[in-house]
Amino acid sequence: MELIGHVLVLCGAVFVLIGAVGIIRFPDVFSRMHAAGITDGLGAALVLLGLSLAEGFSTSSARMALIVAFIWCTSPTACHALARSALTAGLTPRTTPTPKEPDRR
Amino acid sequence: MTLVVDCILLALLAGVGVAVWRSRDLLTSVALFSIYSLLCAALFTLLEAPDVAVTEAAVGAGFSTMLMLAAISAVGRSERRRRRPPLIAAAVVITAAGCLAWGVAAAPPFGQPDAAPHVHVAPFYLQDTPEAIGIPNVVTAVLASYRGFDTLGEVAVIFTAGIGVLTLLRTPKRRGSERAATQGRKVQASATVFVGPDHVVPRVVGKVLLPGILMYGLFIQFHGEFGPGGGFAAGVLLATGFALYTLLFGVRRARQVAPAHVVETIAAAGLLVFLGVGVVTVVLGGSFLDYDEFGEGPAGQQLGILLVELGVGAAVGAVMIAVFSAFAVFATRYRAR
Repeated sequence: MELIGHVLVLCGAVFVLIGAVGIIRFPDVFSRMHAAGITDGLGAALVLLGLSLAEGFSTSSARMALIVAFIWCTSPTACHALARSALTAGLTPRTTPTPKEPDRR
Repeated sequence: MTLVVDCILLALLAGVGVAVWRSRDLLTSVALFSIYSLLCAALFTLLEAPDVAVTEAAVGAGFSTMLMLAAISAVGRSERRRRRPPLIAAAVVITAAGCLAWGVAAAPPFGQPDAAPHVHVAPFYLQDTPEAIGIPNVVTAVLASYRGFDTLGEVAVIFTAGIGVLTLLRTPKRRGSERAATQGRKVQASATVFVGPDHVVPRVVGKVLLPGILMYGLFIQFHGEFGPGGGFAAGVLLATGFALYTLLFGVRRARQVAPAHVVETIAAAGLLVFLGVGVVTVVLGGSFLDYDEFGEGPAGQQLGILLVELGVGAAVGAVMIAVFSAFAVFATRYRAR
């Protein structure tokens, strides 16, 4: 059980890294928001779930499950509010590739 | 291992500080300040100070970010271009930083067992608290009982700061003739709603989560004797809940839920409760804030701590709600062009 917990923590860290790389590399506001959502929704949730499994079932693991539920409620809402305000400000999602792309291998 | 995490966090802190200095966009600076506060909260947790970490996370990463965003929406996003470098400010900052570094270097090394606080004061608190006060959280015991006078000063400082902010931000009541002229501008009342009625998702999620947030604030208030928490963190959490309601449903509805005069009365009442506890102990025959007058041993101390923490939580929460409402009204009235 502890091993599964540690593996889950590692997976969560990998997803946080993926989200961070996405925030830097994505060309568009909306795709960057999508990457940030992965950091919160999958990365933090996996880390907390892994920690609660590694600890064993106790009050702290129940608390961590509640925190994960809270994060899953608030993070998509925050992304939604952010996307909505971006649309209101006049930004539209990019549907064509960036001009630099044909130059890549 | 903790050393590695400490070094990484401190390096991130320094990087965020440099980024705040270098950014021209005030919105970026506000977001970076929020990250700075979150890193500080993580550092406090690593330094085994969870009470401070909870309060810092709630205040720095949540509340002060909202206040700064409200200020930016009124003032504008870009910094004013400077014509010459700010030499006086740089000299003051470097002198102050140098003095701080010199003072910190003269202190005993971090964690040294025979440094003065670890030998004299800390063992006394750790040994005396279980017998005399009987609560597990020594930090709350020190804050509310051993050093209750200092905490009274802190609450008075917070209350004074609230008065100062309200004095600066409150617009004076319009005179009669001007009131007739502004009747036609009633449609501007919709400007006080930050999130419109068609923003269904944030409103529904906010409504579902708000009872949990407020309940958690109350939990932190009353659980402060047994775990991290206490009056300050609880007040900030309750105020953050009200701020969420204000952001989602508008200042007018928030004023109906928490009218301005009620909030200000609660702020004053919190400080008065704290002072009142001291006065009651004097009337009962002891010295100011001597909880032994409430009863012998731990029972009297715990009653005193409970009342005092209630005063702290009420004062801090009400002051922050009042300050946030003042900022919200100010931001909607003076929107930057």
